[in-house]
Amino acid sequence: MIKRLLFGWLLALSGLQAWAALPPELLTRIAAGEGDERVAALNEAVAQADPALADYLHALLDGRVRLREGKAVVAAEGAAPPDGEEPMLNNRLRREIDSALAGLALLSKDRDARAKALVTLREDASAAKLPLYERALAAETDTELRSQLSALVAGAKLSSTDPGQRRAAATELAGSADPATRALLLERMSAETDPGAKAAMQSTIAAIGDRLAWGERAQLLFSGLSLGSVLLLVALGLAITYGLMGVINMAHGELLMVGAYATYCVQQGFRAWLPAAFDYYLWIALPASFVAAALVGAAMERTVIRWLYGRPLETLLATWGISLVLMQAVRTLFGAQNVAVENPTWLSGGWALLPNLTLPYNRLAILAFAALVLGGMALLLARTRLGLMVRGVTQNRRMAACVGVNTAKVDTMAFALGSGIAGLAGCALSQIGNVGPDLGQSYIVDAFMVVVLGGVGQLAGTVYAGLGLGVLSKLLEGWQGAVLAKIALLMLLVLVIQKKPQGLFALKGRSVE
Amino acid sequence: MKKPLLIAVAVLLLLVPLLHLAFPPGHALHLSEFYVGLLGKFLCFAICALALDLIWGFGGILSLGHGLFFALGGYGMGMYLMRQIGREGQYQSDLPDFMVFLNWKELPWHWALSDSLVGQIFLALAVPGLLAAVFGYFAFRSRIQGVYFSIITQALTVAAMLLFFRNETGFGGNNGFTDFKRLAGMPLNTPGMKVGLCVASGVALIVCYLIARALTRSRWGRILQAIRDAEGRVRFLGYDPVAFKLSAYVISALMCALAGILYVPQVGIINPGEMSPAASIEMAIWAAVGGRGTLIGPVLGAFFVNGTKSVFTAWWPEGWLYILGGLFIAVTLFLPQGLMGLARRFKK
Repeated sequence: MIKRLLFGWLLALSGLQAWAALPPELLTRIAAGEGDERVAALNEAVAQADPALADYLHALLDGRVRLREGKAVVAAEGAAPPDGEEPMLNNRLRREIDSALAGLALLSKDRDARAKALVTLREDASAAKLPLYERALAAETDTELRSQLSALVAGAKLSSTDPGQRRAAATELAGSADPATRALLLERMSAETDPGAKAAMQSTIAAIGDRLAWGERAQLLFSGLSLGSVLLLVALGLAITYGLMGVINMAHGELLMVGAYATYCVQQGFRAWLPAAFDYYLWIALPASFVAAALVGAAMERTVIRWLYGRPLETLLATWGISLVLMQAVRTLFGAQNVAVENPTWLSGGWALLPNLTLPYNRLAILAFAALVLGGMALLLARTRLGLMVRGVTQNRRMAACVGVNTAKVDTMAFALGSGIAGLAGCALSQIGNVGPDLGQSYIVDAFMVVVLGGVGQLAGTVYAGLGLGVLSKLLEGWQGAVLAKIALLMLLVLVIQKKPQGLFALKGRSVE
Repeated sequence: MKKPLLIAVAVLLLLVPLLHLAFPPGHALHLSEFYVGLLGKFLCFAICALALDLIWGFGGILSLGHGLFFALGGYGMGMYLMRQIGREGQYQSDLPDFMVFLNWKELPWHWALSDSLVGQIFLALAVPGLLAAVFGYFAFRSRIQGVYFSIITQALTVAAMLLFFRNETGFGGNNGFTDFKRLAGMPLNTPGMKVGLCVASGVALIVCYLIARALTRSRWGRILQAIRDAEGRVRFLGYDPVAFKLSAYVISALMCALAGILYVPQVGIINPGEMSPAASIEMAIWAAVGGRGTLIGPVLGAFFVNGTKSVFTAWWPEGWLYILGGLFIAVTLFLPQGLMGLARRFKK
């Protein structure tokens, strides 16, 4: 009797707090004995859902518990461990203790702690903690956490001994859209013996699969639209210069590259002189790439292309030569390796709509950007004087010249405009891919296909062709792989051209010939 | 080629074996193996340039995908040569090394004829010819012209290149075929074989030239040139341009395939890089530099550009692309008639 009193007083002196409320023999059974019995004792303690248990378990993990004369003795936080034998903690016990702590956290007042606990417990749906989960569910007020918690309860019930309960749990989970739940069901189904429960699990897996399929389709559609928006940006400048001057600019890819490298230079400049404002470098990089590419384009037009007026095949070859020179110049200036262009922080990460659907911010931004550029171009062509002259020269060059339009100047301005858009596209590409001297080469064939398919003279053609090719390309990729998708698209292009040799949206009229 | 030039080429073809075989290495007059190989390569390129001139200079069709036909011919020959390695490869198996590496147990169906030289040569000519016929038919029928046609041929060669890069296609993937040992029982590495192939390439060039000259001087050739200048009018006059353009396209594809067949045993390797758009566009510049529409011009152009390339890639490698790019620009701006045009101006 006195010994007990002394013990209790000693415990109180050593600063024990809440765990004194727990039955000490339960604490001892957790700390000492065979592994299975210790886990059973742990689950028993957890089932009582006494929040004081959490402190004890933390002490156990920290190594502040000792066994003295068959009883567990705990020291306060920060104090030295008491004398006695150290309890053995293997990996399994540690896992179980972590799981128990997470289970106890489900009853915490702090919502974030509960949410975190749910994430940890998703992997571990053992039936042992079922009473705790049910108690937590009864006390849960937050709707989102409630649904997660009920899924957890159902998942735990899947390993119940009663087949009826398993079947009920499987049916209850049919509303889930979580890939982890599907994985859990697949695992349980392989060990399932009861036919009723097995059938229920199968139909639930199918239902979840259907729901996930929508997420997968949406992801595919988004990737297609994203690729389409990139193709649109790349092909827009090409369509304008070809429509206007009948010049296929083989150096268009290199103008993309110029824009991307301009972005790189601006980034490096910010790193060197304005590191605090690094997140805003993109706002300077956009006009910088536009101007850089426009200048290069204007120079190209003035020095080479204008002398080849009326000879499109020669222009093709001459611009190919320019592209070789530009690529080699970039290799000489910046080296042949890729250079690193970082996303600013506001473009990193993504928008997680569904468990299997994440929309990256940088691609969303490019989608919006492409729409903006398209809108800007449409406005420019429809409402400004320059646009009017460009349209006039595209439709009938001779007549426009007769009416007094300075076709040479319009050529230069339009070429610079098209090149500038290529520069903007290059800036966008730098945010989603590698930047190297070969950047242009990988996009140029696709850009050409967009122009050939869409026809020139109207922006609509480029839009439809770009978006259409992007979406189609991603769909075919999912079906047969990237290479066969490209070949299929080429065949499609040749077939479409059979019906519409000038592209989908071509200008009509005698002057076009 | 005018008489003097024809004689010059024939003399060259006789000289080469003499200089290489009769004199031992180290002798002042010895033509080293390197130059024999180089000459053979250039002769094959000259055939390609000639083929391109036929459709571009005389037909107005700029194909930027002729490298595809060249490569297909090369692959056809390469298949035969791979089988002729026999059991002397890395894995000492009847199958080519890359198949063993991919764990294939037997030859795929498209290697069925690969044991016979005649069979493979037939395939190496038939496949590019057929491809050209089908592709050309669909393209010309829908009146795809000018720049659009060039772009589509480029897309075709890119698609084929991607296809051949895959290991599953059964053509060695991105490594292609290499390490050849024998041709028709005779080892490839002997001086006799090298000279023989070089002379064969020269003979092929002369034959192709004579065929092309006969064709362009014939009625067919005249109509082709008329189509180049004013297709609409030719159509109104009652001719069907598709037949003429298609036949020109197929003949030029066959010539390129022949060049490929002779090229691969001399160079000893073929890989999908030969199908890259850059390689095809370079062929166009050989024809342009030499002078389109004059069959000899492209031959000279091929020699000139490739010779310059050999010199520069040895002397100033980084500068070669500047030179090549500059060549493209200079020729199109200042020398639209190419070197032959320059020669004509000097004659006057």
